[in-house]
Amino acid sequence: METSSAPAPVDGEVKHQVDLGNLMAFDSGHHFRSIPSDRQELKRECLEKATELVQAVANELFGLPATEDRDGPIVTLPKPTTKLPREKHLPKPKPPTKWEEFAKMKGIKNRKKDKRVFDEQTGTWKRRHGYDRVNDDKDIPIIDAKLTDEPGEDPFSKRNAEKKQRIEKQEKNRLKNLKNASKADALPSHIQLAATALPITGTQKDLPKKASKKELENVAGMAASSTASIGKFDKKLPGEKPPKHPGKYRKFLPVVEGKGMGTQEKQQTDKILNKLLSRDASEILDVNKAVKVFNLQGDKNRKDKYSNSSKLKARKKPLKKSSKKGN
Amino acid sequence: MLKVKTPKTHKAKRELEKRAPKLVENPKKTLILQGTRSSAVLNAVLTQIYHLKRDNAVRFTKKNDRVRPFESAGEASLEFLSLKTDCSLFVFGSHSKKRPNNLVLGRMFDHHVYDLVEVGVENFKTLESFSYDKKIAPRMGSKPFFAFIGEGFESSEELKHLKEVLLDLFRGEVVDNLNLAGVDRAFVCTAISANTVLFTHCAIRLKRSGTTIPRIELVEVGPSMDLVVRRHRLPNPSLQKEAMKGAREPHKKPKNVVRDIVHGKLGKIYVPDQKVGNLALSNDVKGLKRERREAKAKAKGASTDHPPKKQKASPEP
Repeated sequence: METSSAPAPVDGEVKHQVDLGNLMAFDSGHHFRSIPSDRQELKRECLEKATELVQAVANELFGLPATEDRDGPIVTLPKPTTKLPREKHLPKPKPPTKWEEFAKMKGIKNRKKDKRVFDEQTGTWKRRHGYDRVNDDKDIPIIDAKLTDEPGEDPFSKRNAEKKQRIEKQEKNRLKNLKNASKADALPSHIQLAATALPITGTQKDLPKKASKKELENVAGMAASSTASIGKFDKKLPGEKPPKHPGKYRKFLPVVEGKGMGTQEKQQTDKILNKLLSRDASEILDVNKAVKVFNLQGDKNRKDKYSNSSKLKARKKPLKKSSKKGN
Repeated sequence: MLKVKTPKTHKAKRELEKRAPKLVENPKKTLILQGTRSSAVLNAVLTQIYHLKRDNAVRFTKKNDRVRPFESAGEASLEFLSLKTDCSLFVFGSHSKKRPNNLVLGRMFDHHVYDLVEVGVENFKTLESFSYDKKIAPRMGSKPFFAFIGEGFESSEELKHLKEVLLDLFRGEVVDNLNLAGVDRAFVCTAISANTVLFTHCAIRLKRSGTTIPRIELVEVGPSMDLVVRRHRLPNPSLQKEAMKGAREPHKKPKNVVRDIVHGKLGKIYVPDQKVGNLALSNDVKGLKRERREAKAKAKGASTDHPPKKQKASPEP
């Protein structure tokens, strides 16, 4: 379609508002004389009026200057006049970083630097940053000793440590800038800041450790089992697992002898006895000790015989003696 | 202590960037869902609204017992779903004895409920019940026309609100360029009483009229229904102010134009260097030729000598 002159008004006086950006027409003046009771009649009347309105929009739309395209004439729509709310808030401007503030104060401006730089050490062109870069510390195999150097200190490891510190400092600065940005609600959309621990003043050691899942489960289990019924009749929360017992239960073996479990006690005692016996069996006979023991026993027997005169113990003694003799 | 959390993959990063607040926003997505009880009519309504908006809608078909718009604690779940699906419009269907065939249309701002309109559906006619030439059936995602008829849309507060919500719900993408061959649908809303709107969906048939502007013919293709407004909640004024903030177009300063008090508007024109030094001088140069001709004339002393034809055709330097 080519540009046409003013759109020809369709019959009837124009009383409607047209929002071309939304392709909308609104007739506020229309009033049904009487709402037709018949549904068909009502529909027909509505469509008639609607056709009129859509025609009014089309008149303006087809009157716009169009560019011919392969798929059809294309017109540029004006902005919608009916204001509708946004979906999300407007993106907020990012606050300047500490460096940007400083640069602005000092009047430092960004300028483009070449990606490749001539390296005088090696006499070649190298990258400015990254792998195999120019002025890389790693390329310096020898460091000249200075008077100020402390003896016994490795200059290479010192250099590495310094670099590590610089990187850590930069990371800290970056985090600080991100924190500022998040305060202004202007954090980049793909970054989230998550609190790992509560910011409490004090030394690092005082910071409360975040309880692990296992610890929490343990505590929950303990709390659940600290009722009179050991938590047996308590209502369980969704997802709650039965409490775990970190300790061992006491176990008693059956007293009555029998098969299976019943024989276990015998086995246990046998085991201990065998252990003891086997230890003694391996021992070589100590003659001196044996003689000493024999002598001592002889003395004891003699002593016993002399002390026999006491009348009070007279009854008991023969029993004791007899037992000893049996041994 | 803070930890920086960033997406692990580039795909995740792109996805997050798509959802970030923008100056020029994405087309609004619609979440279509239902409550614990639904009716056959309501199911059909929801399905067909989804059908109309299939390019920019998410349909949930399970029951949602915690979604209760207009109630204080019933919106948290909805806001959560809106955040997850990145939808800023929603259509919620519920059916109860008190409010049969209930449809809640609402909008979100920053994934919080912005406003709500509750309508009852009556006299619903499905897409399938209309018979028409399938060649004129509207294509998916085409930009619709809107016709709002009736003084109710201006005089009645609730219908005024419904008009805005309906426009937001069905207008589709905001576009700069429109293909005139692609206009094929119109939504017709008629206020038939103080709280009832007759809503129909029509196909547009462009007929020849003899002029460049075609004659419009509307063919009803459905769905069509009566919407009876029940409850509605207008947006919070402060929130509305925030949501209506337009993106200010970055003012582009015209180049090489200055204003002067004395001279008014002044323009600077760039004239490229003529590079006279590089100019090749040849016999073809007109000025030189004339000199030679004059010299010739002087030498001969001849009075009339018509210029040679060659000179006429010679190009200007």
